[in-house]
Amino acid sequence: MADQKRRGQIKQAPENFISQDLIADLNQNGMDDARRGFMRSGFMAALGGTVGLGSSLNALAAGEGDPAILEKQVWQTTLGKNVATMPYGTPSIYEANLIRRESPGLTRVSAASVAFTPLQGLFGIITPNGLHFERQHQGWYNVDPEKHRLMVNGLVKHNRVFTMNDLMRLPSVSRIHFIECGANTGLEWGNVAVPTVQYTHGMLSCCEFTGVPLAVLLEECGADLKKGKYLLAEGGDGSGMTRTINLSDVLNEAIVAWGMNGEMLRPENGFPLRLVVPGVQGVSWVKWLRRLEVGDMPYATKDEAVHYNDLMPDGMARQYTSIQECKSVITTPSGGQQLLDKGFYNVSGLAWSGRGKIKRVDVSFDGGNNWKTARLETPVLSKALTRFNIDWVWDGSPAILQSRAIDDTGYVQPPIKMLRDARGTRSIYHNNAIQSWKVGTNGEVSNVQVG
Amino acid sequence: MFKLAKFANSALLVGATFLVAGSVCAQNSSTRFPGIGRDATTAEVAAWDIDVRPDFKGLPKGSGSVEKGQQLWEAKCSVCHGTFGESNEIFTPIIGGTTADDIKTGRVASLSDRKQPQRTTIMKVATVSSLWDYIYRAMPWNAPRSLTPDDTFALVAYLLSMAEVVPDDFVLSNTNIAEVQKRMPNRNGMTLKHGMWSAKGTPDVHATACMNNCVQFVQIGSELPDYARNAHGNIAEQNRQYGPFRGSDSTKPPLTKLPGTSGEGLAHASETHAISKGPSAMFKSENCSACHAMNAKLVGPSVADIAAKYQGQSGALDKLMAKVKNGGSGVWGQIPMPAQSQLSDEDRKTLVTWVLSGGK
Repeated sequence: MADQKRRGQIKQAPENFISQDLIADLNQNGMDDARRGFMRSGFMAALGGTVGLGSSLNALAAGEGDPAILEKQVWQTTLGKNVATMPYGTPSIYEANLIRRESPGLTRVSAASVAFTPLQGLFGIITPNGLHFERQHQGWYNVDPEKHRLMVNGLVKHNRVFTMNDLMRLPSVSRIHFIECGANTGLEWGNVAVPTVQYTHGMLSCCEFTGVPLAVLLEECGADLKKGKYLLAEGGDGSGMTRTINLSDVLNEAIVAWGMNGEMLRPENGFPLRLVVPGVQGVSWVKWLRRLEVGDMPYATKDEAVHYNDLMPDGMARQYTSIQECKSVITTPSGGQQLLDKGFYNVSGLAWSGRGKIKRVDVSFDGGNNWKTARLETPVLSKALTRFNIDWVWDGSPAILQSRAIDDTGYVQPPIKMLRDARGTRSIYHNNAIQSWKVGTNGEVSNVQVG
Repeated sequence: MFKLAKFANSALLVGATFLVAGSVCAQNSSTRFPGIGRDATTAEVAAWDIDVRPDFKGLPKGSGSVEKGQQLWEAKCSVCHGTFGESNEIFTPIIGGTTADDIKTGRVASLSDRKQPQRTTIMKVATVSSLWDYIYRAMPWNAPRSLTPDDTFALVAYLLSMAEVVPDDFVLSNTNIAEVQKRMPNRNGMTLKHGMWSAKGTPDVHATACMNNCVQFVQIGSELPDYARNAHGNIAEQNRQYGPFRGSDSTKPPLTKLPGTSGEGLAHASETHAISKGPSAMFKSENCSACHAMNAKLVGPSVADIAAKYQGQSGALDKLMAKVKNGGSGVWGQIPMPAQSQLSDEDRKTLVTWVLSGGK
């Protein structure tokens, strides 16, 4: 009965009082002040004679409460957009600031450059595909998947060719792993150089990758794994990117992958095929993977002979440094951010290790003098990002926030001074030092180094 | 029955393969995954297996002189790398920083004495095979895989002659390259003694997890300099403009007090700007920025230089629109600009108008 009564009172939906042109305009361009004005005058005219609704619109005297509650918002009182208005969904217009960005002056040519992931705005451990960091060596392509081939040769019984049709029929696995560029945080070896976590740590992403295990493919080709301790992975792009892989080390974990977070790889991340080498720096995760060669010695490719070597103070360069050692960073609050007020904050960050699982993360609020153990959020996976959180009540006084990760080998993430003592300041790659963020009394967070 | 059917199937497969591939022997040697993949032909392996190892396995036969290398270099390489491989405009320099003594010792002294401001390729590279392999597979920048093996020998010879590793009349070939390797300035400059090749390797630092009273006096050793505050653009526009962690407005001096929970003085969500889809975004998405920069000469002239050259010229719009559509060369140097036929007339007009305005 009550239902019937209410149904009897249903009024014409307010959107009927707005012109079709304005609805089309709103759907296309969203809301701004001018359009909001149109809407409001439209409502007022339409509702002028109606008792009840009209009075509540006028009853917004200060002191009665929050206008966001008391005032009827446009999204509560009009018809929303159709399904599939965005056939491939995109984030809210209010998220437009969180995009991949380049670091000005870092490189001179955008086809051989880096775009950093906005870690300062991400939650959990999975990187959205559109925000996965990019490192291109000779530009990216939309490779035609029907013309893409994977060749396996070298120390194998049979040199084999696979199409995508072939590969995607094979038994596949899906695994979550982090990928970090060896040069991540490389700008900070000598001193503080960049303002935010996007630029200090943003050559870091974590996805669920789907593909055929490397071991399955190599076994299928009759690889001689006794003699063949090395694997050359080669890309199909103009740079023909090649890297030597430590085959005995990664055989049981590497994946020849086409899937990334439930969809195909993005073109800028190697569509349709890339190598996933858990724990190893991103340059070895060869994109547009076209060839795997099993061999008995390392290949000293350009990116193993000129770049991606760690220069030591004595002038010797460590060659084939590949493993991304245990590291962590607080992502909120982080450099360049502005706290609104004193009080409670959930301090949150990411920890990872190329040697295994994260065992523990400690957080300091006083520049490393005292530490508290943070909560690790599940899942805690091997060679994947692990999210940590810790409560913090900020009293408004200056603070220096740090995080320190420990992996299941017992390795403790080092302070920058310890790394500099061992490696100097010119090694560019593999800076896994503890990151410090200073919080000023004005609530501004900035990048600092202590010690 | 089953056996018979299987036999008939494989006979069919072999028959079909021969029909398609002619005399090419592309049988399926798979046992575990029947029907998936095929054997590669000799020609296919030869076409793709082009890598050259430090022991020169994979190096094709051929040769090239320093003189020929210089000609090729000036035609195809010098625009980016400089006439002497010294340019720091687009890529880091290739040549410089090595001495005759380094060639004797196989260790580049300037890597440890820090007398060179920048590390050049020749200072770092230990293996001549790396140069050969990379130039052959990936150069020139905008036309990879266009060099022959002989071209590549010549170019490597020219580079090494500039570093005085080989004399000016040298002819590099697959038969003498191993001898040249013995003169590479940094041939003894690499070490494999580290724990980062294997996940089971031993780390070089061993920090401890002290929990209380760990540092007597916390000292800030480095901070972002004031001039770098806004060097990455406005940080406020790189964070959410709602929620607890806003970005600070780096176009202004730091706030003098906390903004409070309402975010007083900060930008708000309604002011979030979507990414520009105007000509400057197109300049990037259509790959113009691969060769042109706003203010610096890259492979092609800068936007500023183009705007200055054509300022006030009638017909400049039509002229440049034609150049963009059909390509061109000679106005700014010998490196041709490829035709950009993918652009619609409307987009082309938008882009050229924007370029002629100096990117405003």
